[in-house]
Amino acid sequence: MANTPIRDRPVAAGLPATADSLLLQHEVEQLLYLEARLLDDWNLDAWLRLYTPDASYVVPTTDLPEGDPRCDLVFIDDDRDRMEARVRRLQGRHAHREYPWSRTRHFVSNIVVTAVDGDEVEATAAVAVWRFRAGESAGYVGRYDVRLRRVEGRLRLCGKRAILDHETLSDHGALSIIF
Amino acid sequence: MDVDKLVYDHPELGKFKVHRSAVGAPEIYELERRRIFDRCWLYLGHESEVPEPGDYARRVVAERPLFFVRNRDRQLRVFHNACPHRGALVCRSDRGNAQVFKCFYHSWTFDLSGALVGVPDIDGYGTGFHREEMGLRSPRFDSYRGFVFVCFDHGTEPLRDYLAGATEYLDLVADQDAGGMRVIPGSNRYSIKANWKLLAENSIDGYHLPALHRSFVEYLAGIAKAAGRSVTTDGNRRGVGRSLGNGHGVMENDAVYGRPIALWHPSYGEEARAEIRTTRDRLIARHGLDKALRICEKSRNLLIFPNLIIADIMALTIRVFQPTGPAGMEVTAWELAPAGEVGIRLRRRLDSFLTFLGPGGFATPDDVEVLESCQQGCRSGGVEWMDLSRGLHREPRGTDELQMRSFWRRWQSLLAGTPHVEQYERGLPPDAVPKAIPPPAPTAPAD
Ligand code: FES
Ligand SMILES: [Fe+2]
Repeated sequence: MANTPIRDRPVAAGLPATADSLLLQHEVEQLLYLEARLLDDWNLDAWLRLYTPDASYVVPTTDLPEGDPRCDLVFIDDDRDRMEARVRRLQGRHAHREYPWSRTRHFVSNIVVTAVDGDEVEATAAVAVWRFRAGESAGYVGRYDVRLRRVEGRLRLCGKRAILDHETLSDHGALSIIF
Repeated sequence: MDVDKLVYDHPELGKFKVHRSAVGAPEIYELERRRIFDRCWLYLGHESEVPEPGDYARRVVAERPLFFVRNRDRQLRVFHNACPHRGALVCRSDRGNAQVFKCFYHSWTFDLSGALVGVPDIDGYGTGFHREEMGLRSPRFDSYRGFVFVCFDHGTEPLRDYLAGATEYLDLVADQDAGGMRVIPGSNRYSIKANWKLLAENSIDGYHLPALHRSFVEYLAGIAKAAGRSVTTDGNRRGVGRSLGNGHGVMENDAVYGRPIALWHPSYGEEARAEIRTTRDRLIARHGLDKALRICEKSRNLLIFPNLIIADIMALTIRVFQPTGPAGMEVTAWELAPAGEVGIRLRRRLDSFLTFLGPGGFATPDDVEVLESCQQGCRSGGVEWMDLSRGLHREPRGTDELQMRSFWRRWQSLLAGTPHVEQYERGLPPDAVPKAIPPPAPTAPAD
């Protein structure tokens, strides 16, 4: 297969450096850092509260990073209901790969706000997650494409597409955490 | 431990055990490579992965790099992925479309049928060089209803004979759409740090669903309850287990979840009902009531010896696992769908897959965890045998272990080079029961 860019959209350059865009950048960064911390603390109820009721969480397969959940097989395609079910499962004692919970550290960086449209904001970020459990360690590396919306004055996530850079999950066996 | 004594097979005593060295000892793994993976028909891929001339896909089967191609005459070709010049990989990406394959070392070029069509500076070769002898090499390959297999032994029986009773179940998959079936883009590729045979067993084990996958069962029950409906969860108890010959086996159960082909579940929403009824009517008109209802309402986990699973459950999954050592395997899984299925029906199928299956599903991670756990438990000692005697005393149900025993019997006979005996337990078709071969004399297992 010829090498083609993952997206035909040109790389967004970020917003001009105005006072507003600096504030927005700060806000987006703080939200993504907070998400990372809540996930690492396994404070999943608080994590859900960062998302709007119409939110989605998608992770494409490693061999089809551009995969569309409507017609391609992906790893995760959660609407808000299934995000809640995923959290309930992880909080119970029968998600066996996460009982007891693994220790994780989510690192989010290279955050760029790529578009602003009314109340909605798009951003992209690099992410690396270390996971430790049962004598094993593995890293998940990839990119977030997020959509955010201002609700009652505060930014909330309304969509996250988390794209893995790995060729396979051979080092991991599963994606049992929230990436 | 003698290699012919790894399976303790005595239905008349109510016992069936497998010695744990079978799933961990390096010398057993080396024997398996030669006596099982070098001799059996092994799943390569699905014809729908390469629909057009020039389409190709690359695979590793039993540690051998291979690729398959649709040539200009629309025939399928399978090649060893090794240049006949000095052995470099000729196909170097997982899938795509090519006019020719050009080796990147010295630029020898092969057409879609494998013929060597280009050699730079060919004057450098003398009379002993025959271009027609230097094409890409093919292993034996054949396909059954779109499922493509390879075999590295010319003495093995033809594919059709090898598949034995499994063809009936492959037909139940291939007959789900008059327009054929296709593999959906996107695959699951992950590893399990466990012996490959533990996944073969696990994939046709109906006993563990309510226990290991309790969180999945509760998830579905929660959706049904929210929709004001109760759902049955004990379908497995009304199923059957079958041996299909040559080590293949199946469990066929009443589905306790929705089936995207045509069994409604509250999680699909009311709006799906009418259209599912239409699909059912179409299948009934085409196949008659019995077969159509089997396609719609029964779930089937089919094992084709040694390492292919077709799980026709809340999704239709092809799963193949390649051993990477005595305690490791690489798993690849795909979703299969009627070729003409698009829009909301396809979306529902994909969604149904994700409720249970895959690295991010609500059940597959539990299977990965438990198989790795079994592998670790093996090292503890004390427990020398694995017990697979469930259901020996009765007509085999889907939650029993006949289908696993038939896998192990075949495995034992291939490994030890002893005759394969379809066992004399209940539930086998009468013509599969040997007349003259008595059961081997029992030797007491160690525990
Ligand atoms: S190794 Fe392929 S052309 Fe030389
Ligand atoms: Fe399972």
